[in-house]
Amino acid sequence: MICQECNQRPATLHFTKVVNGEKAEFHLCEKCAQEKGEMFMLGSGSGFSINNLLAGLLNIEPAFQGSKQDPFQQEKVLQCEQCSMTFQQFIKVGRFGCAHCYETFKDHLKPILRRLHSGNSSHNGKIPARIGGTIHLRRNIDELKHKLKEMIAQEEFEKAAELRDEIRKLEKQLNANHEGGD
Amino acid sequence: MSLERFMNQAISSWMSAEGPDSDIVLSSRIRLARNIKQYKFPTLFSNEEAKAVIQKVKDRVEHSSISKLGDLELLLMDELQPLQKRVLMEKHLISPHLAENSTHGACLLSENEEVSIMINEEDHIRIQCLFPGFQLLEALSMANEIDDWLEEEADYAFNENVGFLTSCPTNVGTGLRASVMMHLPGLVLTQQMNRIIPAINQLGLVVRGIYGEGSEALGNIFQVSNQITLGKSEEDIVEDLKSVVSQLISQERSAREALAKTSNIQLEDRVFRSYGVLSNCRIIESKEAAQCLSDVRLGIDMQYIKDISKNILNELMILTQPGFLQQYAGGPLRPHERDIRRASLIRERLKMEDQELGG
Repeated sequence: MICQECNQRPATLHFTKVVNGEKAEFHLCEKCAQEKGEMFMLGSGSGFSINNLLAGLLNIEPAFQGSKQDPFQQEKVLQCEQCSMTFQQFIKVGRFGCAHCYETFKDHLKPILRRLHSGNSSHNGKIPARIGGTIHLRRNIDELKHKLKEMIAQEEFEKAAELRDEIRKLEKQLNANHEGGD
Repeated sequence: MSLERFMNQAISSWMSAEGPDSDIVLSSRIRLARNIKQYKFPTLFSNEEAKAVIQKVKDRVEHSSISKLGDLELLLMDELQPLQKRVLMEKHLISPHLAENSTHGACLLSENEEVSIMINEEDHIRIQCLFPGFQLLEALSMANEIDDWLEEEADYAFNENVGFLTSCPTNVGTGLRASVMMHLPGLVLTQQMNRIIPAINQLGLVVRGIYGEGSEALGNIFQVSNQITLGKSEEDIVEDLKSVVSQLISQERSAREALAKTSNIQLEDRVFRSYGVLSNCRIIESKEAAQCLSDVRLGIDMQYIKDISKNILNELMILTQPGFLQQYAGGPLRPHERDIRRASLIRERLKMEDQELGG
């Protein structure tokens, strides 16, 4: 069916509208529907296209890895054990099924994330306070160790000693957390 | 309903309040995407899980509150009329996706509508803070506070390597999208936008018209936001956006100065013609209305027009959207009827300005 408005593009939106008791049928293409204000205007197009773009982006993946793997080799189906989403499905919809998917698809994910986030593949921002307790500690320790090296390089041994003690204290805390069954 | 009363209900604080640099930056928005560990993401979750997510947030609201937000109101998408949803969307309080496609979607709204927490959108939880003017850092600290408050009871899906886990890999990491809405008529009139947009894109930021794609933004309103959510800290993302926006502000200011110098009378003519159209039209399409409103707002900023309040652009850009017009009319309207309504609403609103000054 052709769009009744422009008579050019195929109609993809079919709906019946009742205005003041008058019933009317519409067959519009996406573009005309948008122009007529029949579709939600705000970013409606963009959500759709981002999804498509993303699926397109992810689809390059097999070719991208082609050098490492034989493209004809039948890969065993990668499937998330918690939500049973397969990697193929993920590529199609561009959305993960659950948090565990990140773990399941981990090996395939890095290049994708790099491409989406201009080369970055690891988190550098906020850590949730409650569940991230040990992560906070570890990051703190890393940071202090880094400082410690700097201090030693600058021959600020007194400060370095202070840092060393602090690191030991935090490491003890970290170990205690682990033994505590965390 | 009188227009005045309708507007009182319709206007959110980001539209009416003055903020820093609000002659150019209309609003600043921060959005954080979060998911709860034990439930599947909204693409796959069951009805029970969807309801459980809502319940979780509900419990949190009942157990404690953030005093500066006031009462939070929970709106369930299933219980709202299509028109009500559309109005919320036009106010940028909910997303089109939440309004149309969510399963058990809901939204937790603060009294002043600066904070809106979307539930079961693409992610379980999306915290949005929308502030008037150029206030990205303020919005970020508010969003962080709400985030911490929610996290006290919800186990977030989080992974040490890739950060907050989101349904779409474009949001993973910080889950942060920071954006500002800018009115840039000077840069459009001097034809600089086509040069600026690709330059900004190279910095990992996106520019788009709020009511359309590409550089042909309706009403010369552009949205600038970050694209990258992984690898940078929240503060860095916001700082980067902030510095680009600051540059855009100063470029827009100098474009306006240049316009005033080189084509003062042409600009004044344009402003007053648009003012004339808005105050006399009987039928007006949204595109023309947006362009005229932009001209008038520019005229106010450049002091050609002195007796109209500044926020008229922000208000009318929203109020003349199809959803609002139909709500004001009290029922559905055909496109043609809408154009008539739009014209009368704009005229009425401009008349209110005269009365305020006269009385």
